[in-house]
Amino acid sequence: MRPIVLLLLFTLLALAACQREERDTRPQSALGSGEQPTPVTTLEPGGQRPSPTDNKAASFEANAFHLSEGKRLFGWFNCSGCHANGGGGMGPALMDQKWIYGSSMESIHATIRDGRPNGMPSFRDKIPDDQIWELAAFVRSLSGNAPSSAAPSRNDDMMAHPSENRMPDAATLGKSP
Amino acid sequence: MKRLASIAFATAIVLFLQGCAGWQSALDPKGPAASELAWLIWFFAGLCAVVWVLVMAALAVPLMMRSRQHAEPLALDAGADSRKLRVVMIAVGLTAVILVGLTLLSFFANRTLAAIGSDAALTIRVTGHQWWWEVRYEDATPSRILTTANEIHIPAGEPVRLLLTSTDVIHSFWVPSLSGKLDLIPGRMNVLDIKADKPGVYRGQCAEFCGAQHANMGTFIIAEPRAKFDAWWNDQLQPAAAPTGDEAKAGENLFLKRPCVMCHKIGGTPAGGTVAPDLTHVASRQTLAAGTLTMSRGNLAAWIADPQGVKPGAHMPVVDLSGDELNDIVAYLEGLK
Repeated sequence: MRPIVLLLLFTLLALAACQREERDTRPQSALGSGEQPTPVTTLEPGGQRPSPTDNKAASFEANAFHLSEGKRLFGWFNCSGCHANGGGGMGPALMDQKWIYGSSMESIHATIRDGRPNGMPSFRDKIPDDQIWELAAFVRSLSGNAPSSAAPSRNDDMMAHPSENRMPDAATLGKSP
Repeated sequence: MKRLASIAFATAIVLFLQGCAGWQSALDPKGPAASELAWLIWFFAGLCAVVWVLVMAALAVPLMMRSRQHAEPLALDAGADSRKLRVVMIAVGLTAVILVGLTLLSFFANRTLAAIGSDAALTIRVTGHQWWWEVRYEDATPSRILTTANEIHIPAGEPVRLLLTSTDVIHSFWVPSLSGKLDLIPGRMNVLDIKADKPGVYRGQCAEFCGAQHANMGTFIIAEPRAKFDAWWNDQLQPAAAPTGDEAKAGENLFLKRPCVMCHKIGGTPAGGTVAPDLTHVASRQTLAAGTLTMSRGNLAAWIADPQGVKPGAHMPVVDLSGDELNDIVAYLEGLK
């Protein structure tokens, strides 16, 4: 009897890992991009956008599928044109601990959706909302802010930096405080 | 009852054999490479069937025959032993001859396949994407280089050289009526020469599992007489038709303002994305989404409204469009002949 119980427990544990790959490819219409509040201004004191936490932020952040989709879109939409592979160029670096507008996923989402002064264009209406969330989740993984169990582990071409699941947390450089 | 069963059996056989004909079958060859392969398939199958029958007979005969009772079961019979040894040696020798013969046949068939495209005038670069085919016609004049998707027009009766590569995972290009399959490998260029003897439409299919929508990654080879092919190429080089009518004009405007423009290209407009199929002449193609849907206004709308329902996992996202907006965009795309 004991081995069967152990086997069942092991199966349950193994199945729990399936959520990592859960693919949510249809947006919830209630949260479509049209429903979101239009920002009054693009300037925000303190950097943090005081928006409520979106449930997409939480569910995409630890999901391997959505992180890798974000990585694919980062290349497709030529984010590297200004941000290089996260190292920065014409635009700021994305793999360090400096966040002009805050490090939360909501802030990054707002940055991509509405643009920011000094060059960041607005992709509102140009990128569907779910895809913006995927990009935001991937951008956070560049500075080691995504769980290493979910962050992308390989590149389809040359590796410009260690794969995202091996990136140290930029704030602590991998050291515990 | 017995008659009914035999009729059902005959019908099943006829239906089964139907699968061997049509626009996607290695047993219904329409080009020199496929003919060579079909001949090889039939010869191998026939010879192996004969060998199988002989082996089964050789097994059955001793099983059926009652062995003679010897007076002295343990006595050695040198004559019988050497006869048996001779039979086994002959069988081994025949097996070796057949295997070597088949190897040689396969080798010479490969030589024939390799010679098909040695004088090919037309080179087409086929790039595999998850889950569609990018088709680029090479030309010495840069302005005549043409990029399209999923449908490969070729001149009938002429050898054509295909350069196969991929941008993401390994795919495999297989048009059974025209040639064998060859993989599309990222970072590598494979060469496949094809030739269609007669004008016609031949279906192809990705033959290497490449992800969720591998099954919906079809392609069509459209072989046409040379004059028609040249006219098609010249048509495809033209920029997209200007929209006519209010709906189509609004549709063009929406296409350029909405996410469509991020990935797709429409020649003659600012839309220049290259990560998704070129839509400059999308309505001139026979199918949508790599052979998943036939081209029609309704299917265009269905595909844009819910690509994740038609082809779950495809890289085309669900875009938040109102009914009117969808109608306008479809009206515009429908006019891109």
